[in-house]
Amino acid sequence: MKALIALFLAVAAVPLAAQDSMPPAPYAYRQLDDPAQEAAAQALMETLRCLKCQSQSIADSDAPMAGDMRHQVRTRIAAGEEPEAIRAWLVERYGDYVSYAPQISPVTWPLFAVPLLILIVAALILRRRIGGKGGE
Amino acid sequence: MIPELGLAALWLAAALAALQLAGGVLAQRDHAADLAATVRPAAIMQGLLALFAFLMLLRSFVVTDLSVKLVADNSHSMKPLIFKLAGAWGNHEGSMLLWVTVMSLAGGLIALIERRLPERTMQATLAAQGFVALGFYAFLLLSSNPFERLPVPAVEGLGLNPLLQDIGLAFHPPTLYFGYVGLSVAFSFAVGALLTRQVTPEFARVMRPWVLGAWVFLTLGITAGSYWAYYELGWGGWWFWDPVENASLMPWLAATALLHSASVLAARDALRSWTIMLGVVAFSMSMVGTFLVRSGILTSVHAFAVDPERGSFILALLALYIGGALLLFALRAGTISEGQRFAMVSREGALVFNNVMLSATLGIVLLGTLYPLLAEAFGARVSVGPPYFNPVSAIFVVPMLIVMTLGPLLRWRHDNIDRIRLPLAILVAVAVSLALLVGLLASIGLLPMLGLVLSLPLAIAAFLPLVGRRLTRVPLASWGMVIAHFGVAVALFGMASESAFTRERLAAVAIGGTERVAGWQVTLEGIDAVAGPNWTALEARILAQRGAGEPVRITPQARNFWTPPQQTTESAQITRWDGQLYAVIGDQTSDGRWQLRLWWKPFVTFIWYGGVLIALGGVLAIVGRVSGDLKRRRATRRGATRRKERVGLRGEPSAAGDTA
Repeated sequence: MKALIALFLAVAAVPLAAQDSMPPAPYAYRQLDDPAQEAAAQALMETLRCLKCQSQSIADSDAPMAGDMRHQVRTRIAAGEEPEAIRAWLVERYGDYVSYAPQISPVTWPLFAVPLLILIVAALILRRRIGGKGGE
Repeated sequence: MIPELGLAALWLAAALAALQLAGGVLAQRDHAADLAATVRPAAIMQGLLALFAFLMLLRSFVVTDLSVKLVADNSHSMKPLIFKLAGAWGNHEGSMLLWVTVMSLAGGLIALIERRLPERTMQATLAAQGFVALGFYAFLLLSSNPFERLPVPAVEGLGLNPLLQDIGLAFHPPTLYFGYVGLSVAFSFAVGALLTRQVTPEFARVMRPWVLGAWVFLTLGITAGSYWAYYELGWGGWWFWDPVENASLMPWLAATALLHSASVLAARDALRSWTIMLGVVAFSMSMVGTFLVRSGILTSVHAFAVDPERGSFILALLALYIGGALLLFALRAGTISEGQRFAMVSREGALVFNNVMLSATLGIVLLGTLYPLLAEAFGARVSVGPPYFNPVSAIFVVPMLIVMTLGPLLRWRHDNIDRIRLPLAILVAVAVSLALLVGLLASIGLLPMLGLVLSLPLAIAAFLPLVGRRLTRVPLASWGMVIAHFGVAVALFGMASESAFTRERLAAVAIGGTERVAGWQVTLEGIDAVAGPNWTALEARILAQRGAGEPVRITPQARNFWTPPQQTTESAQITRWDGQLYAVIGDQTSDGRWQLRLWWKPFVTFIWYGGVLIALGGVLAIVGRVSGDLKRRRATRRGATRRKERVGLRGEPSAAGDTA
């Protein structure tokens, strides 16, 4: 197992929390004592992607990297950082890929424009189908 | 010899599919074309040959014929028989063969028994079915041959992924495939009706059991997949908006819209082109689902680009069928009138509204699923997950749920809101008092709040169509609607309650130590080493007690498989009527304690009870519709025989006998 973690750390492009010793980071599997802080951390973790898994958030994964990231999130929340600041910090390190909540950017604008379009088209269809005249 | 027989049957079946296509097309020009008479027999024979090929593959797996590449790659001589069988479709080639087999059998079945539609429409339908099948035969024979031999037989098989040696998972893919294939039949009917301009209520009645059947299978597949993820992945999540999950959700959304629209067409002769359009969309979503799961594009767009043969093949089929069908639709839709009119406040009006909402939700899921792939192809990596899907789809789902609550109370064609004033007032009162109650007692997010507040009125309203009717005389199909709508309310309540009220406890616990989570006292009694046929595990003995109740022992495990090496968590649950306690044992910490993960999930089981209720409603509707059709057919036949007898007695020409 240790060999696996070491291998994984060597492979990962940006070793996270390299100052941590080999066993799982303390807050990987431990909750914060303050329920409000823990709730904030949990809400944030559910929206961060485990980079080593397929379609799982770091709140849903046993991968060592997800554990490290949970530790990071919890310690930073405990230190009083804002969740969105932590997200921004992680996005800066790992790119947009790490966040499940896409922000509007030159790459992601269609994700927000298309739903708007769908809304307009749906309204138009409904007006034509069942507005006033009643059918065609 | 056996695999070669299977391969030969597959080639023959492909040739018959071509014949079916050619015959059906020629029949459109000339009723009396020689080939026209071959369409039905060709479809039946094609189904039998595909079944034969599939049985040959099953046989190769049962006897573990290691000279067949697929068997050597996916099976093992020591595997239990049931998993040998499941191994036949637990891989790419085998699952595609299953796909084609089920589709051809369905085509053969409609060729054998379906006599209600005009013969020309049936021939066009079977031609479309042959056309779709031909593409899949080409795919199998040219790029995914399941019967490929190894130059030298393997000594032993490579086994099957232990995660997949699970009875639930053995039947999960076939369930979804039955759903996909049912939609392919609906698609063929839609194309046939479009080609011959016979979009009639009769067409909707013929298509409906297939749509309902597909929908039941998809519902069960999604429900089972969600429960599997819940107990197997070990973190208590039941829906991840994973592309593979979305691949089954999208056809489900389309099928839901289609079955409601087909009901309007069958009952009221309205929404003709809309029903055809949804038939095309529903099958498109099945194809998109197959493409996502089978092309390897999900692991990585780059993996897809390196070995694009299979993916490109499915993509080409997708473009051909969907593009072709949409083109046909664009050319023909103008010539099909929309049918009967209706007012905004009417059963039809509510159904149209919800059809549009379902389609819009489908659009959102499609966008969120495909956009990351598209972006990755252009070199940008983005993730789209729950923080996107949940609120954006709620824009359409919340109005849909409200209209779904009221729609069944309305009359066809034209109704007045005043008429349903009393039930409306009751439902609004229930919703408002629930909102106040929850708002005062707990602080929860907006979406779970909406889910809770909408679920109770929906559950009550589901039964309102029964009020004032003699229950014994309510048709089975109406019971189906009542139970399916109630199932939606039950599932919604479970989802909202789980997201709003779950309590979590993560702790390092010494042997003998006790933790508390939401009224439960959980004691770690000990850790044992246990072994199974191909794994070893650490098993925790946990005693859980709720309040002063009887203590219950559960034993979650952390398993290590050795062929291939893999770790899995076997969670343990205690189910109560109002929720589930969910326990997972993790690693040992450096000071000798054990990582324990505990959750109390209020009403989480309602999610899957709801799914099962929805499917049950679908089954009732199928039984009701089909038995109704049979009864009607028997009555017509009896009438015809009686007329003939009467004519025979009087010795008059039949035209005169009809006046009686």
